[in-house]
Amino acid sequence: MRRLTLRTVALGYLALILLGPLSVVFWRAFEKGFGPAWNAVTTPEAMHAFQLTLVIAAIAVPANTIFGVLCALLIVRHPFPGKGLLNALVDLPLALSPVVVGFALFLLYGRTGWFGSWLSGHGIQVLFALPSMILATAFVSIPFVVREVVPVLREIGTDQEQAAETLGASQWQTFRRVTFPAIRWEVAYGVVLTTARSLGGYGAVSVVSGRLAGQTETATLYVSDRYENFDIVGAYAASVVLALMAIVVLLTMNLLRPKEGVH
Amino acid sequence: MGIHVEGVTKRFGSFTALNEVSLDVQQGSLTALLGPSGSGKSTLLRVIAGLERPDAGRVTISGEDATGVAPRKRGVGFVFQHYAAFKHMTVRGNIAFGLKIRKRPRAEVRARVDELLALVQLQPFADRYPSQLSGGQRQRMALARALAVEPKVLLLDEPFGALDTRVRGELREWLHRLHDEVRVTTVFVTHDQEEAMALADQIAVLHDGRIEQVGSPRDLYDQPQTPFVMSFVGAAAQLGERWVRQHDLDLRLEPTAGALEARVERIARLGFEARVELQLAGSGTVWAQMTCAELNRLELERGDTVWVLADRARVFAESS
Ligand SMILES: Nc1ncnc2c1ncn2[C@@H]1O[C@H](COP(=O)(O)OP(=O)(O)O)[C@@H](O)[C@H]1O
Ligand SMILES: [Mg+2]
Repeated sequence: MRRLTLRTVALGYLALILLGPLSVVFWRAFEKGFGPAWNAVTTPEAMHAFQLTLVIAAIAVPANTIFGVLCALLIVRHPFPGKGLLNALVDLPLALSPVVVGFALFLLYGRTGWFGSWLSGHGIQVLFALPSMILATAFVSIPFVVREVVPVLREIGTDQEQAAETLGASQWQTFRRVTFPAIRWEVAYGVVLTTARSLGGYGAVSVVSGRLAGQTETATLYVSDRYENFDIVGAYAASVVLALMAIVVLLTMNLLRPKEGVH
Repeated sequence: MGIHVEGVTKRFGSFTALNEVSLDVQQGSLTALLGPSGSGKSTLLRVIAGLERPDAGRVTISGEDATGVAPRKRGVGFVFQHYAAFKHMTVRGNIAFGLKIRKRPRAEVRARVDELLALVQLQPFADRYPSQLSGGQRQRMALARALAVEPKVLLLDEPFGALDTRVRGELREWLHRLHDEVRVTTVFVTHDQEEAMALADQIAVLHDGRIEQVGSPRDLYDQPQTPFVMSFVGAAAQLGERWVRQHDLDLRLEPTAGALEARVERIARLGFEARVELQLAGSGTVWAQMTCAELNRLELERGDTVWVLADRARVFAESS
């Protein structure tokens, strides 16, 4: 009886918070049938927005994965002064509003900013262009890989790595053959979260991109642009594509993961 | 040749784990590092392997100065206390690890791994993962993995520490036979004096980061140089200034010249052997050790008064 109540509450909450809005999105997108929805997401502007989102993710996610693993190794395996600071900094993007991140980048890379004046002097455009959008996306999705990997690195300890070392393995060989296989599922999960955040990021990108339709508009910006222009079908259809991308990412992860408790 | 440790000091912060330790290990010998928990045994073993860098002193392996050499270039095989099995590799993969790192040809790796699997009697388990093995099997796998790369020296940290008594005894016998067969210079850590005595040609007794004495099991037992060695290697009783083996306490039922008066407090029969707790008239209690047959002959009862002779007691020079 108790268990049943608990289950009802948990599932009810999920339905209310998650499934409700999601089904509304699907319903509104296909309200007038499949045709209009398909047309709405295949306009050149929509296609460009999806493509841009994927390009940004394709650069920000690998960069953050490599940085995240290195950072976790540094935090767990190599005590150094300032380690506490690094540890705290990694969480900053979670605490800081993405809009603030956007404005910070704006100040740094704007025409009169610290780096901006130098860069524009060398003819490199960062703001209102791909580089700033990648920076903004990378910034807000930094913590995920680090936070997934740190606990498991702590848990596996150094014994296996030291054993590899005495057996003749170099640092890189030890990482590739011993450490990485032990953390790969946490890395994968971190990558999924990073990807999800990169695909769905809005605040920071909206500040630095300039939101030029067909040029610096990502998928999320495109959704809000369509909505503000009373193109309800366009907004919801693009949302469905974003939701499908997220679902594909989660499914890939679940297919890759071996069954629990094999070894 | 063998291993030569000279004046090694190792500190962790302000704590001195090893204090000017020197030790010689003969080529092909089987040496035990014996001492209570926290005495620095593992630290010394790790310094030899290069896993810990000493603050002072030198380590020489097979005549070559190894002090600044990375662990992977020392040619040591190390068996960790908790095995440190590669969890995501099969038994075969674990054993092959060092050979694959050395990029040996595939056929050679296979042959060598098969040979080692036979040596440690794990052929039926070759394709299992470490989590599917018992403690003893994991230990043998770790040993095979260390031996695969033909190390110049084999270092084992509490090799039988985590196993139950029966498996422990079997594995001990087995390691002894293995050493007779392979003859690789071996150093193992243990806190169990019986294990050290049963297995080693040479024992180094550690206490608070120092080596108290090095010698054959017989030397340590018959000629202990400090009270610590005397009481750690075989049980000893203290009678004022004098130290004596518990089985060298001679109990008499009549007053005897030079004997101490004592009262029987407790009698424990352990099968072949028996122990008698004695309250000395002066003060303090000691345990006496004898065979049950002897106890029967004396017909001791709790509360009896006896006279204790300790002819073979030793007196140690003032020490620390
Ligand atoms: N990495 C370390 N950091 C701090 N103290 C350590 C470290 N390793 C060992 N010690 C300390 O050094 C002493 C000796 O340790 P160890 O060599 O492991 O002892 P044993 O193996 O004889 O039980 C212990 O008091 C232990 O707490
Ligand atoms: Mg130890």
